[in-house]
Amino acid sequence: MQKKRVVLTFPPSLVGQPITYHLVKDYDLMLNILRATVTPNEQGRLVLELTGLRKQLEDGIAYLKALGVEVQPLAQDIRWHEDKCTHCTACIPACPTQAMALDRTVMEVSFHKERCIACELCISVCPFRALEVLI
Amino acid sequence: MAKTIQEINEKIKNGKAVVVTAEEIIDIVEKKGAKKAAAEVDVVTTGTFGPMCSSGAYFNIGHTKPRIKIGGGTCTLNDVPCYTGLAAVDIFIGATAMPDNDPRNTVFPGAFKYGGGHVIEELVAGKSVRLKARAYGTNCYPRRELDTLISLKDMNEAVLFNPRNCYQNYNVAVNLSDKVIYTYMGRLQPRLGNANYCSAGQLSPLLNDPYYKTIGIGTRIFLGGGEGYVVWNGTQHNPCVKRGDNGVPRMGAGTLAVMGDLKQMSPAWLKGASFTGYGCTLTVGIGVPIPLLNEEIAQYAAVRDEDIYAQIVDYSKGYPELIPGSLGEVNYAQLKTGFITVEGKKIPTGGISSYSRARTIARLLKERILAKKFLLSEPVAPLPSVDAGITLRPLNERPVKQK
Repeated sequence: MQKKRVVLTFPPSLVGQPITYHLVKDYDLMLNILRATVTPNEQGRLVLELTGLRKQLEDGIAYLKALGVEVQPLAQDIRWHEDKCTHCTACIPACPTQAMALDRTVMEVSFHKERCIACELCISVCPFRALEVLI
Repeated sequence: MAKTIQEINEKIKNGKAVVVTAEEIIDIVEKKGAKKAAAEVDVVTTGTFGPMCSSGAYFNIGHTKPRIKIGGGTCTLNDVPCYTGLAAVDIFIGATAMPDNDPRNTVFPGAFKYGGGHVIEELVAGKSVRLKARAYGTNCYPRRELDTLISLKDMNEAVLFNPRNCYQNYNVAVNLSDKVIYTYMGRLQPRLGNANYCSAGQLSPLLNDPYYKTIGIGTRIFLGGGEGYVVWNGTQHNPCVKRGDNGVPRMGAGTLAVMGDLKQMSPAWLKGASFTGYGCTLTVGIGVPIPLLNEEIAQYAAVRDEDIYAQIVDYSKGYPELIPGSLGEVNYAQLKTGFITVEGKKIPTGGISSYSRARTIARLLKERILAKKFLLSEPVAPLPSVDAGITLRPLNERPVKQK
């Protein structure tokens, strides 16, 4: 069994279709929805954790791509600009997964991509705009 | 034995001064006692780096040919409006000013991406900004419009002038309501979702000199990476609040008005900041040296996070409605563990002021003094202290009836 975290971007034409259903039914994948949004122009964004056999994961992702869903690995989605960060720690209580972490001996912030689920809760709390969503 | 500032300055010039930071003095006083610490150490350096809205800068931009009288007209820097009610080519920009076309909170919460604080940061970084001005024209100042790029080196004077900085202690902000709120203390999640605080605690200048025994008008300070001065007490300076046995105020109390030559300063220590749903501001780095003139002053400077208490205030109702009272108090050591307990609930904490940057400022100021590049100054007048009988007044509104 393998795990993969992905960011899916659905064009407006696909928002009405039960695509995640097919991932479960046809590819036997376990899904954990980490975040889902539909923007005002009806573009859908879904952050998923997929668990399944390697072959089925690959086939499932190929199925999404064939439909026109954009598939990105999750970790690349949020970027921490260390040069803009002042280590104020405003992001620390905002982050649900400790991807934004604080070394309390020196009160310095660091970013751990592998824990980030791209929930974006940190983005608007940073007064220095040191966190950026890469779309 | 008591020392004088003059004696300390002689030691600095001779390379014999002993200078430590406000963190380092804690252990020294604990191990040796305040008396010995005061005899051995000459200066304690403090630091703070946080958003300070009552900040701004004034400029003399030089006269144009033909002359223009911006005074009484309008002027913007990168579209951010400046105050022009001064002489012909003197303008002032405030940290919280923003372009007329900024959407503000029309789509809530607004982003407030760019304002006066960001203009100041860009100027200090050596960048050119666009100055646009309109004037009404007079016989002696005939010109009516100006549209030019300008940088700090083009200006005659560029002076940072902050009417209220360096708050001595501050509130811990929480939200008791059922909705998320956006404040100058950051985003506060509903039902006590998080608690935000804003002070450098044991490193903060006025918490190390709680009765303003050494910090006064004329005190030379580290300001925005350059040198500046305390020029007055800050606005809302309120020394007569509740204090602990150690003299430390248990809530926001004293404040400083500071100024200094913007041309010497650095964008690392003056940074524009944007608070979602609230507005934009300037984050200012300040470091104040405290001369250890005697045992009492050494004892004050040895204050630690666990001995500094702050009030927990509800920003959903208590703060906006100006209802006095707090939900309890916590100390900065508790806040820095990452969790505090409020009304029986354990909630995560976040900072608004950077402790790690405050520590760097205290270290930089120490290094400057040791390198003989920074001498202490004698205050020319004290700041109002606990005996001043100050009470902070809310506005007594006298509404004007419309006919």
